Amino acid sequence: MKGVLATDKRGVRELGAEEMVGWDEVTQGVVLPSFDQPIGNAALLRPEERAYSDFNSYTATVASWRVIKPVYNRDICIDCQNCWVWCPDTSIISRDKQMLGIDYDHCKGCGVCVEVCPTNPKSLLMFAEAEAPEDALAKWPEKKKKEKKD
Amino acid sequence: MAITSIKNLKEFSTNNERLEGAHLLCPGCAHSMIVRELLNCTDDNLVVATNTGCLEVSTAVYPYTSWDTSWIHIGFENAATAAAGAEAMYKARKRKGTLKDPDAPVKFVAFGGDGSTYDIGFQWLSGAVERGHDFTYICLDNENYANTGGQRSSATPTGAHTSTAQAGRVSYGKKQKKKDMVAIMAAHGAPYVAQLSPNKWKSMAKGFQKALETEGPCFINTVSACTTEWKFDPKDTIHVTDLATDSLMFPIYEIINGTELNILYRPKNIIPVEEYLAAQGRYRHLFKPENRHVIDMIQKEVNEKWEYLQRREEARV
Repeated sequence: MKGVLATDKRGVRELGAEEMVGWDEVTQGVVLPSFDQPIGNAALLRPEERAYSDFNSYTATVASWRVIKPVYNRDICIDCQNCWVWCPDTSIISRDKQMLGIDYDHCKGCGVCVEVCPTNPKSLLMFAEAEAPEDALAKWPEKKKKEKKD
Repeated sequence: MAITSIKNLKEFSTNNERLEGAHLLCPGCAHSMIVRELLNCTDDNLVVATNTGCLEVSTAVYPYTSWDTSWIHIGFENAATAAAGAEAMYKARKRKGTLKDPDAPVKFVAFGGDGSTYDIGFQWLSGAVERGHDFTYICLDNENYANTGGQRSSATPTGAHTSTAQAGRVSYGKKQKKKDMVAIMAAHGAPYVAQLSPNKWKSMAKGFQKALETEGPCFINTVSACTTEWKFDPKDTIHVTDLATDSLMFPIYEIINGTELNILYRPKNIIPVEEYLAAQGRYRHLFKPENRHVIDMIQKEVNEKWEYLQRREEARV
């Protein structure tokens, strides 16, 4: 997980917390580049290979929006990638067709990933923000049996 | 042409994201699902223009940008014009041989909300499509001006409560019909026009790829469920979108060259419109006994529209 998210700039700032030039001081033609160096076509580079600048929202965090958080259970996951395709906040980390985990700097805790998870029991569940991941995993529900129709 | 594989979700998920997180869209907003899917559909360089709207104000909050592509914002109404202008310049510079990398494939995409597409940017979009620029216009249709507090737009459907078409003792919400933008754009003779929905990710990805590959102006209307103004729980975005497509409030179809209509999704069990309406707070007043006739009217219109689409598909005209 750590390796995938690696960049020392990651998630250290809340939006608006830093000192910046006011709108009336910004000069015409000023540029806020997404990257520190020209990287060409970003589609050809994985996020961990890109040189994000301080102006890229990748380096910011919205973690404080969350009151509940999704917790991921690797043991049940079937790597269907439903959560990846429907995550509105680019917060599901998938590499090489594998679901690796959740990016808690960008997750807003909407819960869409839990709703679209097809496994039984679900491999993603919402827990209180303060809950430790290991406690959450210990509380994981058992497989629900289908009720027989009479 | 670098179109990425959409055979299954596992292959689709190997794409590198070009919309970063920590944008300020509401939790559970469908806008970013749609935008991410478009950006993942292709490996080509993209020039993205965005109209003023939720997407623009949330993904470019000073001092941040969430875009890893070239991105232009000019005004409320002119994403289509900005994309068309960039495309015209690109073609001219290619002809004169002044491009740095003339062989790199570039695609031009414009995003707009329904307010800027159906109302404010309508003539600009119409002009750009008429001039035949090679770009794709994607309307993120959440059926109101969600960015400014949920005013009615001409995309708001009949019966919906909005902040400027309020439901109460004398009114049942918006009384007018929703504008049929897809038909209007098809009537321009655009080579590819479609209505797509993020819950059917594959048909949406296919439609996006078709639009990007098609030479000429393409228009796609996408259903973007708005948790704030439609008033449902953020986790239910996909559920509500499912109800929208299964109740045929949002039929999924494409029109090629203005004539050839294909229905891309036929629900196995068509559910009554009532279920879709009941899932959203903006239609709550319709369930009072005195407003029953509005639900019946909406159901009748949906049935007629579906009948029309099926007949047109058969007739191939």
